[in-house]
Amino acid sequence: MIDLRLPRLRPGALVVWRRNILVWRKLLVPALLMNFGEPTLYLLGLGFGLGHFVGEMAGMPYLAFLASGIIASNAMTTASFEGMYSVFTRMVPQKTYEAILATPLEVDDILAGELLWCGTKSLFSGMAILAVAGALGVVAGWQSLWVLPVVFMIGLCFAGPALIMTALASNYDFFNYYFVLVITPMFILCGVFYPTDTLPAGVQGAVNLLPLTHAVRLTRALVAGAPSEQPLVSIAVLLGYTLASYYIAVILIRRKLRT
Amino acid sequence: MRRMNPAGLHRYPSPVVSAHGLTKRFAGRIAVDGIDFDIPPGCCFGFVGPNGAGKTTTLRMTMGQTPVSSGSLSVFGLSVTDEAAAIRARTGIVPQADNLDPDFSVEENLQIYAAFFGLTRAEVAPRIDALLEFVSLADRRKAKTTTLSGGMQRRLTIARALVNNPELVVLDEPTTGLDPQARHAIWGRLNELKGRGKTLLLTTHYMEEAERLCDELVIMDHGRILAQGAPVELITRHVEREIIEVRGDAAELEQLAGTAGCRLERMGNSLYCYTQNAAALIEQLKGRHALKFVHRPTGLEDVFLRLTGRELRD
Repeated sequence: MIDLRLPRLRPGALVVWRRNILVWRKLLVPALLMNFGEPTLYLLGLGFGLGHFVGEMAGMPYLAFLASGIIASNAMTTASFEGMYSVFTRMVPQKTYEAILATPLEVDDILAGELLWCGTKSLFSGMAILAVAGALGVVAGWQSLWVLPVVFMIGLCFAGPALIMTALASNYDFFNYYFVLVITPMFILCGVFYPTDTLPAGVQGAVNLLPLTHAVRLTRALVAGAPSEQPLVSIAVLLGYTLASYYIAVILIRRKLRT
Repeated sequence: MRRMNPAGLHRYPSPVVSAHGLTKRFAGRIAVDGIDFDIPPGCCFGFVGPNGAGKTTTLRMTMGQTPVSSGSLSVFGLSVTDEAAAIRARTGIVPQADNLDPDFSVEENLQIYAAFFGLTRAEVAPRIDALLEFVSLADRRKAKTTTLSGGMQRRLTIARALVNNPELVVLDEPTTGLDPQARHAIWGRLNELKGRGKTLLLTTHYMEEAERLCDELVIMDHGRILAQGAPVELITRHVEREIIEVRGDAAELEQLAGTAGCRLERMGNSLYCYTQNAAALIEQLKGRHALKFVHRPTGLEDVFLRLTGRELRD
């Protein structure tokens, strides 16, 4: 019996979200190290190192180009890690969901809470990168703060597919397929390191369908002040991926937890 | 049979849990096969049965955690299909394996769990203090749950199940894997809960536990109820009053089996003789020095083995 009802959004989701933020607060130091450390290394290492040879890209300093791309790709990887490794841990070995399902909360509440939490973690990562990029002087201005709600949205967009993978996984190794076949190709191809219009025409068509391409377009316009290309289309693509993947994830996880 | 306390009866003239023709089918397998039972308020009701008998599946259906395939099942007069969340709001659940939150302390586990019931921190603070006293963990309230012993974790899980002040407490094998001290401590707490008028629903493998705690129990196997009643009723109804277990030389056992004159079960080098009066058989055994024997009154375990057989189940 498959329960195809639309996912419900109820206040119980916020209690699940709050549980996660309480745990996160306990592990604050390693969490902040991850948030600031990794992107700083990318920006300094690639931005200055490679940027020294590249100079400008798409009419801006390479460091500005890279920072505005990394802010999108890091939102993607942050939400993906949380939606897979952390959610799987709470679902399977730690049995946190089994405990929650003995209360009035339902599977829908748990997943809505996890979705919001993935978005929140992406938001944290975005804030850290924006701060580093600002300190390096490659942020367009105060209006760049508008990137934060966008980063939250990018987090939601990649949380959905990650939750689907978690529903299908029987162990952590399963997630390697998704990283190698989906996340890494997007990281390489979707305009984080170079403009997508340098790709062969056929590849460009495919890349334009991928969510990270649209995420990068939005963040690059907001952070680096690049001319925006059809921002509403990009927002619609991100929302479309979010809604479709979250719906599928809820159906699959309901089936997994309620049999 | 002590059925209920008057306060509970007054609040619920009807059973707390009521199942009729309750059935659960998984792909190609029937886990629960059309069972009927009613649990009166204030009763400690037990499900006993071998592994795979359908006990846990029955509990999960009762809490709306897995759909009912057919039949009817209501708790507090509410349908488990439509009002599971409302049922769980008034129930405490102690799962088979502890699932405490390892990221939180003892106290925080209770606080966050109360939040899942929509209770505010101020509202539950005095209750949490009382619960930590009740399960003797007040001095460990700041400890991480991973540092607790198995018995302490179980006690904390029981405290957690009481954080919403439930009317019904459901316990799936509450003392499996615990040492005797820890088991006795848990039995004490559960008896105290009964004394407060809570309805208890538990599964167990331990007949001693069922005999001590349950006012009424069902013996399940292969998804069906084989017998139901108070422990003493079941013993008188299904087995003789006494049992003599004889062990020793196979040829002597064979001879004894011929002259014992009572119901016998054979298992390897042991002969189990069930009888209403053991005196005659004990006389015979005194002459057979190659045989060792133990004489005792029958108990629930003998009923269980008679009804479910002696073959291994795993």
